[in-house]
Amino acid sequence: MTDTSIARRSHRPQKASGLNPKLIPYVLLIPGVLVMAALLLYPMIQAGIMSFQKVGIPQIRDVNPRPADWVGWENYTKIFENDIFWSALRNTLVFAFVAVSLTLIVGTGVGVLLQQLSKRVSTVLIVAIMFAWAVPPVAQGVIWRWLFDAEAGIVNWALNLLPDFLSNALFGRADWTGVPWLNEAYTVYIALIMTVVWASFPFVAVSVLAGLKSIPNELYEAARVDGSSPWRTFRSVTYPLLKPVFAVLTILSIIWDFKVFSQLYVLLNGPTNRLAFNLSMFSYAEAFRPPPKMGSGAAIAVILTIILLIVTAFYVRQMIKSEEVQ
Amino acid sequence: MTTLTNPQVRRARDSARTRKKLRKAALNATAAVVFVLAMFPVYWMVSTGFKTNDQIFTTEFIPFPTSFTFEHFDRVLSEGVAGNSIWLYLRNSAIVALGTVAVGAVFSLLAATAVSRFRFRGRTSFLITLLIVQMVPAEALLIPLFLSVKRLGLYDQLLGLIVVNVGLTLPFGIWMLRTFVAAVPKSLEEAAWIDGASRFTTFWKVLFPLVAPGLVATSIFSFITAWNELIFALVLMSDPSGYTMPVALQYFFGQRGTDWGAIMASSTLMTIPVIVFFLLVQRRMVSGLVAGAVKG
Repeated sequence: MTDTSIARRSHRPQKASGLNPKLIPYVLLIPGVLVMAALLLYPMIQAGIMSFQKVGIPQIRDVNPRPADWVGWENYTKIFENDIFWSALRNTLVFAFVAVSLTLIVGTGVGVLLQQLSKRVSTVLIVAIMFAWAVPPVAQGVIWRWLFDAEAGIVNWALNLLPDFLSNALFGRADWTGVPWLNEAYTVYIALIMTVVWASFPFVAVSVLAGLKSIPNELYEAARVDGSSPWRTFRSVTYPLLKPVFAVLTILSIIWDFKVFSQLYVLLNGPTNRLAFNLSMFSYAEAFRPPPKMGSGAAIAVILTIILLIVTAFYVRQMIKSEEVQ
Repeated sequence: MTTLTNPQVRRARDSARTRKKLRKAALNATAAVVFVLAMFPVYWMVSTGFKTNDQIFTTEFIPFPTSFTFEHFDRVLSEGVAGNSIWLYLRNSAIVALGTVAVGAVFSLLAATAVSRFRFRGRTSFLITLLIVQMVPAEALLIPLFLSVKRLGLYDQLLGLIVVNVGLTLPFGIWMLRTFVAAVPKSLEEAAWIDGASRFTTFWKVLFPLVAPGLVATSIFSFITAWNELIFALVLMSDPSGYTMPVALQYFFGQRGTDWGAIMASSTLMTIPVIVFFLLVQRRMVSGLVAGAVKG
């Protein structure tokens, strides 16, 4: 029901404010729309245009800047010929896939666990995982860089505890002291996955718990009466009812993990090891490492945006179809 | 019936009870493992900040800082890093985050009221835009905004960072606040209307107090986002006196080894306000984040 209908029903004369009630929502939206247009939409279009231009020092210097040259698809063709792009793309995709899956699995597990625990124990555990969730991304990177430190890191200390034969059989080494984790791309991403999963599973767990609590108990009783096994109950009762929650959690995790920057920046000590770049870091390095190649950086950002939109298009459609946007 | 003395039944009952006990023990043990895994990294950050250097740089595992010291906290607060005390960076971060929240709260409340209290042309497109802009990576905005900020003379100024952060946090702020506004029953406003309250009075005296808790939760979310933001601060601030905490932390990683005690002390200082806020609004934040999905 809109405000106009109320006004009519109550026989109230229109307020003498002179504002047509139909215009009110638009007036309320003005500041928000202006901010988004100026700070999000306009830059997005600009980035699209810049990806076809050559923008370097002559174009961005304060004194007497030169207009940008139109180079057509050159930025894109150069990027596709660059090996670093392909390794960055692979790093981005593999990392997102592994991190999102692990986050959802661990988070769901902990969410189900929280529901089974007694009130007191579950409150304590929620507060504990809240700590992991609340740590700022930069501090997450700092902490895990320290845990994975070659000499004084706890990870190497813990691996040294493994019996020598087991460690030899699994990893081909028994002595872990001094083994660097953050030099090679492959091991950097192991550290990054640990960091990101550790920090993001609590959100999934708490959301799943909230979802579980909203399912009426009678459904579980009915399932029990019908002799359903716990796994069957999860598959036939819990999962279908929590599907919308999982859809939102998946899309949010994908969006966050595709764009991970702060943690990687700290673990890598800035854009140093090019083989360990993801697309975000690659774009940043192209645009802001001397010599700045802003056009090329913009092109990488455009590619990343398109990938994200494709990956999430399905879920966005789901959300638009459901009542979310109604 | 003599159920109580029937040994078979008693055995069955006992085994059911043991199974229940075992299950509870297993659940609590799993909870303990999760507790340790979640808390240990945070604990390790804080405890490293209180250890002396010879307890930090060792291959041994020293669970408790037996050499408890405030030396690292003292050092980062007095000497600091990159030429300034950590206080300055904390202050900069607070200015940026509070400025973002002050502007963002007003704008998002207006927009959220519009989309959840009115039906109008363009409403659905607006909501879809909100969803899509959240997918755009910061890097896509970074380069054009860097150039715009330079052109507007806001480079190296906290104001520039505030403006950018308002843009970054607003779409999600509206999205989250929208559900809190929608949760307030419309009949309350209608009653006020019929009683002759003006539109503004209705908004201010009826809707606003009821939405206030949601507004606090949304504001805290924006505060945390702005407080944690790294990449724009990295690019828009070149003078160390304008660094925010995430940028300042990078300067502890030196060419010749890292001062881990100092960086852990600083990270702890940066983390404390966020954890306090999180624990305050934990429940509402979850309901806002997965809004709509859970209500079923």
